[in-house]
Amino acid sequence: MREACDLVVVGAGPGGLAAACRAAEVGLDVLVLDAQPEPGGQVWRGEARKGANRLARRWFTRFAASGARFRPGARVVAAPEPGVLLVEEGASSFAVRYSRAVLATGARERFLPFPGWTLPGVLGVSGLQVLVKDGLPIRGKRVVLAGTGPLLLAAAATIHAHGGEVLYMAEQASAASHWGFALQLWRHPARLLQGAWMSAALIRVPTSTDAWVIAAEGEGRVESVRLSVRGREEQLRCDYLGAAYGLVPNLEVARLLGCETSAGAVVVNERLETRVPKVHAVGELLGIGGVDQALVTGELAGLVAAEHPIPVELERAWHRVRAFAAQLARHDAPRAELRRLATPDTLLCRCEDVPMSALEGCQNLREARLYARLGMGACQGRTCGTAAQTLFGWPGEDVRPPCLPARIGSLRIPSDVSSTHTRES
Amino acid sequence: MSAFDCVIVGGGIVGAALADVLSADGVSVALVEARSIGAGTTACGMGHLVAMDDNAAELALTSWSVSLWRELADGLPRAVEYDACGTLWLAADDEEMAAVSSKVANYRAAGVRAEVLDSAALHEAEPALAPGLVGALRVVDDAVLYPPLAARTFALRAQARGARLMTGCPVRELRPGSVVLSHGEVLTARHIVLAAGVASPALCPGLPISPRKGHLLITRRGAPVVHHQLVELGYLKSAHGTDGASVAFNAQPRVTGQLLLGSSRQPGDATREVDAALLERMLKRAARFLPGLDGLQALRVWTGLRPATPDGLPLLGPHPEKPWLWLACGHEGLGITTATGSARLVADQLLGRTSAIDARPYSPARFLTVSAREVAHA
Repeated sequence: MREACDLVVVGAGPGGLAAACRAAEVGLDVLVLDAQPEPGGQVWRGEARKGANRLARRWFTRFAASGARFRPGARVVAAPEPGVLLVEEGASSFAVRYSRAVLATGARERFLPFPGWTLPGVLGVSGLQVLVKDGLPIRGKRVVLAGTGPLLLAAAATIHAHGGEVLYMAEQASAASHWGFALQLWRHPARLLQGAWMSAALIRVPTSTDAWVIAAEGEGRVESVRLSVRGREEQLRCDYLGAAYGLVPNLEVARLLGCETSAGAVVVNERLETRVPKVHAVGELLGIGGVDQALVTGELAGLVAAEHPIPVELERAWHRVRAFAAQLARHDAPRAELRRLATPDTLLCRCEDVPMSALEGCQNLREARLYARLGMGACQGRTCGTAAQTLFGWPGEDVRPPCLPARIGSLRIPSDVSSTHTRES
Repeated sequence: MSAFDCVIVGGGIVGAALADVLSADGVSVALVEARSIGAGTTACGMGHLVAMDDNAAELALTSWSVSLWRELADGLPRAVEYDACGTLWLAADDEEMAAVSSKVANYRAAGVRAEVLDSAALHEAEPALAPGLVGALRVVDDAVLYPPLAARTFALRAQARGARLMTGCPVRELRPGSVVLSHGEVLTARHIVLAAGVASPALCPGLPISPRKGHLLITRRGAPVVHHQLVELGYLKSAHGTDGASVAFNAQPRVTGQLLLGSSRQPGDATREVDAALLERMLKRAARFLPGLDGLQALRVWTGLRPATPDGLPLLGPHPEKPWLWLACGHEGLGITTATGSARLVADQLLGRTSAIDARPYSPARFLTVSAREVAHA
C-alpha cells in the first residue's frame, strides 16, 4: 500500500497541526502521521475528546476544516530513500512518497537514574500526568513530584484536579534560577504553562527549589521517597513518585533522515529548513520551547513548505519564543548532583538490565553499547542514551533503521514505491 | 618513545587475539586501536565460527580455528555468548543435495564432524523453515558468539599480562622499526603487525584488500525462532561471485533469544548507509526460507565492511618487500572464525615456531612479490 502527498507532517502535536493547517489552507495536499490514536501530541493529549483547552480546541477545529488528511496510529519506522517514508500502522504498513516534510516529533522526558527509579509506582512527571488523564485511579493517593520547570506544576495541577494528594514538589533548579525564570515567564505568551503555574499556586503544594529525589524505596513497589531538600534529607511515604528532569527532543526521525543535530536539537535556518533539502523541523526539535514555539514554528514551516510569504508578525513571534526557549533551557539544565545519585547496582538501561557498574572502563556510548548492551534493547536507548549523555557527557550515536522496533514486513518496500529497481536475487 | 617487542596496529578481533597469544608467550606487546577495541568490522559481523570447505586452505584454517575457539570457550565470560549451535547448510534442490554428499566427505577428511539430514530430519530440527527443502548438511561443532566482547576479552587478558592497550589512537605512519601515532607519539618495535582490516591499505599502500559491504538485521528478544545457524547452500554460489551485489539467506539464533539475519555483499562499496533496495532483496530471499519472517519484530539494521582479498584467504605473514612489517589482515567475512588460527600462525612465524597447519597458502607473498604482480597485470 502507498500514499503520496505534497507535504508529509510527522507528528500531530501543536507544531504538526499548525504546519498542516497553514500548508493545506493554501492548497497543498497534506498528510499528517502520528503514532497516537488522536491528534494533540503529548501536550494536548486527550483534548481532542474533552475539548477543555480553548487553544487546543481552536486548532483541532481548524485542522478538521483544513483539508489535511490524518493517519492516526501511524509510526514512521524507516526512510529508505529521499522522499519516501515507511510507516507501520497496526498490523499493516504503508509507504509515503512526499515532496516536502515537516518533522514535528516533539519531546520526551529526561530520566536520570537514582536508586529505586525502576520500582513500580515510579514514573515520569508528565508520564504520571498522562496516566492520570487517561484514567489511572489517583483519588486519595499520595504523590511526590520531583523534576524541573513548568511541567512539574502542570502535573501537580492535573493530579490535584483528579483527587490525588500531591505531598511535595521538588524543583531541582536553584532558588535564584527558578524565581528569576518564574518572573520572566509572565513576559511570554506561554498560555498553557501560565495556567498550570496558577493552578499549582492555588492548590498550595509544599514546594522547594534546590530539591531532588535521592532514592525511592519499597517492597515490590514504591512506598517512600528520600529527598534532598536544600541540603537536608527528608523522607516521605507515598503511593506514586513522578520524577524526571525536563524534556529532550525526539530526534530519531530527524536523524534517520540525515538531518544535522547540534547540542541536542535539529539545526535549521531561518526558514526552518534542516540540512536535508525539503525537510523542515519545528517545535521541540529546535530545543524545548513549549506550545507557543510549536505553534509559531509550525505555522512558519507550513507556509515555507507551501512557498507562501511569511507574515512579519509571525517572524517576530518566532524571535520571542526563541528567547523563552533559551531561558527554559538554562532553568531546566540538570544540576551536577543529579549525575551522582546512581549506585553501582542502579540500573541505567531497563530494557537490557544494565547496571551502572557494567559501564566500568567504557569511554563512550559506542563502548557502552558494545560491551554492556546499553541501549541495545526495545526502547533503542531512548531513555538510557539520554541519561548517559547527561551523566557522562557522551554524544549520541547515529540512528539506524528501524527507528522504532517494527515488524520486518513493515521494512519491506512495496514494489511500486521505490525509484530504485528491486529485482529478484 | 616506548619500545616493544611487537606493536600490533588494529584492535579488532584479529589484533586482539594476536595480543592475547603473544602476551601469553611473554612477548612485550602494544595494541594500538584508532577507536575502541572490537568496534569496527568486528562489531558489525554475525560472529559465526564456521568450518568452510571452498578450498583446502580455507578448510584447514577455519576448522583449526573453530577447534581453537572450542578450547577457549570455557574461559570466556558468559557475555561473550559462545553457543555451539552448529550450522545447517540448506539444500533447496537435488543439485544442492548432491553437493552435500561431497561436502560431508571433505569435512570428515579434515576431522570435522558433519552429517546429512534428509528433508524430514531437517524440518524436525528446524520447524520454522519453509516446507520443500530437500535436506541439509549439519556441521556439528560450528558455533556463534558476540564478537566485540570476545575481542575485548582478548585485549584485557593481554593487558593483564602487561601489554599496553592504546585505544582512541589513530596511527599516522608505519616506519621500519616504529609506529607513529596521529598525536605524535612514536612507538618503537622489533616487529610491527598490521591488523587493521579494511583500514590496512591506508597504512600500507598496495595491499590487495578492498571493502565488501554487508547488511544485517537483528530482531527483538523472544522465543528462539531457529536452533542452528542456517545458511543456504546457494550462498556458496552467490557469496563468491566477486562482481555485483548479491544476497543469500543466513540466520542465527542468539542466546538472547534474538534472530540475527543476513546476508548481502557489495564488492567495492565503502559506504555505511543502509541500501534499502538491497535490504529488500535480502529480506525477500530470507522470507523464502523463513515464511514467518515478516511478522518478527526488527530491532536494528546495520552495515559493515568486510576486508576482502582477491582469493578469499587472509594475508598472514611477513610483507615480502618490507621485512619489518607483518600482515594479519584481509579476512573478509571469516575474521571472527579465523582470528584464533590467524593469531597462532602469525605468532608462530614471529617466534620462529612450527605451526599446526601449513602457513604458506596465506602468505602475503602470493600477491606482493614482483613476479605475482606481473602475473596480475598480464
